[in-house]
Amino acid sequence: MKKTETVALRINGQTLSVRAGTSVAAALRIAGSADMGTARRSVLGQARAPFCGMGICHECRVDIDGRRRLACQTRCEDGMVVETSA
Amino acid sequence: MSGSAIEHCDVLIIGAGPAGLAAALAAAPSGAHIVIVDDNPAPGGQIWRDGPGVELPIAAMQRRNAIARCANIRLVSGTRVIAATAPSELLLEDAERGWRIGWKKLILCTGARELLLPFPGWTLPGVTGAGALQALVKSGLPVAGERIVIAGSGPLLLAAAATARKAGAHVVRIAEQAGFQAVAGFAAALARWPGKAVQSLGLFDASYRTGRHVLSAQGDGHVEAVRLRRGTQGEEVIACDRLACGFGLVPNTELGQHLGCAVEMRHGAPALTVDAMQATSRADIYAAGENTGVGGSDRALVQGAMAGHAAVGAIALAEARRGELARWDAFAATLHQRFALAEPLRRLAAPDTLVCRCEDVRHAELAPRNDWTDAKLHTRCGMGACQGRVCGAATRFMFGWAPTAPRPPLSPVRVATLAALHSQDHSAEETTHAA
Ligand SMILES: Cc1cc2nc3c(=O)[nH]c(=O)nc-3n(C[C@H](O)[C@H](O)[C@H](O)COP(=O)(O)OP(=O)(O)OC[C@H]3O[C@@H](n4cnc5c(N)ncnc54)[C@H](O)[C@@H]3O)c2cc1C
Ligand code: FES
Repeated sequence: MKKTETVALRINGQTLSVRAGTSVAAALRIAGSADMGTARRSVLGQARAPFCGMGICHECRVDIDGRRRLACQTRCEDGMVVETSA
Repeated sequence: MSGSAIEHCDVLIIGAGPAGLAAALAAAPSGAHIVIVDDNPAPGGQIWRDGPGVELPIAAMQRRNAIARCANIRLVSGTRVIAATAPSELLLEDAERGWRIGWKKLILCTGARELLLPFPGWTLPGVTGAGALQALVKSGLPVAGERIVIAGSGPLLLAAAATARKAGAHVVRIAEQAGFQAVAGFAAALARWPGKAVQSLGLFDASYRTGRHVLSAQGDGHVEAVRLRRGTQGEEVIACDRLACGFGLVPNTELGQHLGCAVEMRHGAPALTVDAMQATSRADIYAAGENTGVGGSDRALVQGAMAGHAAVGAIALAEARRGELARWDAFAATLHQRFALAEPLRRLAAPDTLVCRCEDVRHAELAPRNDWTDAKLHTRCGMGACQGRVCGAATRFMFGWAPTAPRPPLSPVRVATLAALHSQDHSAEETTHAA
């Protein structure tokens, strides 16, 4: 992976440029400096952010281009549209 | 999009960590058609995770390059196993499609996950696992300038701290629950495994303290401070921006159990049972690495190679590695003995602490239940998206419950993927080598 390239994506309407290879989980944090990268709301309405970092806990699930995916196991790509309302 | 394809291979390997990569390279000279499936975007597993925040070690690059050079190995990344659809067939799903794959020999190299225990505040954004922190930083999470507390147990705390520090974080405390004597004993024992001793010296950290464990994370909307128990000397509260807590590792046995492979207790957790050739209780299925008991990457590499050789009938080559495996099994035993979890950790959760993070089930709702099944039926614990991966291991530790074998789907699945089940076998032209 070339570590100098960047990709641009949209997270909740905000355009963001990150290093190529960055996970969507990391991008959530970069986009949401105040909320530690909140990805979803729990059954009781609590904010939840990536927790296991490895595809186990599903706390990081978001909508990526209309599909429910795990942010920690998905790399940011140019033009990707991410929504955390899930 | 060939959503209805059925792919065929001789040897199917699930997991592209050290065990899976070693298995593929050991099986490759036979000429067998090999497929490796992994749910991460790049091969390497937990220890060789790639991303913008890492320089991969030579050992990892060598294996990746060797795999890329083998025309008979197809690496399928970003793909999860959903279910077994026939005795020698699995349903897979990636971001685009679902498809079935048939195999003659299967090697399970599914690794381990962290044991994550509930404590007050553990659902606050900014609390992660310890290995999780390492994984997230490697994948580009910016932590420069953050004050981080790392707590829990085992050498992974030091590895996580090293990764965070390298990324510019201030690691303000590493709290190891094991006592000083146990940790000193482990360090002394490392002389038997010189490679490991060198590795751990490089990881030493001045903020490391033994005999401490987390009590709670505090904060409004995100972590602001952590309360730690300080042996018999009371408590300390440390202001921080992030808390990473890992209590050791648990083998990922779910897929093996779903396929009917026997498990046994090893080092206090269920692990896939294997014989001297790494075969499971199903003769056509092998297992290697952390899913057979947690013991580190060197053990995973040896077991993976043995399984790869054995799966293609190269028994002598597998047998030749047995002495080496015994050495790493002994290392694993020492590790587990020295970092055994202390009794008070079973009682970290308060009555209103959420134990099941997916369905928001409180400790008080679970405490009166008799077992895992009773809890599932009455509280929905373990019925959410993670399918009990987190709370099942936690309730085993807290209540001594034995989670039942997982039911399919092993992971939340798209309807379109299930539709792949009703397709016909297109074999030849759909059997892609087109990696
Ligand atoms: C978070 C974490 C960090 C670690 N960091 C270190 C470290 O820094 N240093 C160290 O010495 N040890 C570390 N370890 C220990 C590590 O487990 C081993 O050293 C080594 O990675 C084990 O190799 P393995 O091949 O058995 O499993 P792993 O490396 O865990 O590889 C298993 C792979 O299988 C994939 N997988 C599992 N189930 C499925 C499925 N159903 N479908 C598709 N893919 C699947 C996983 O995502 C993973 O990529 C870490 C462990 C964890 C959990
Ligand atoms: S952070 Fe746990 S699945 Fe992504």
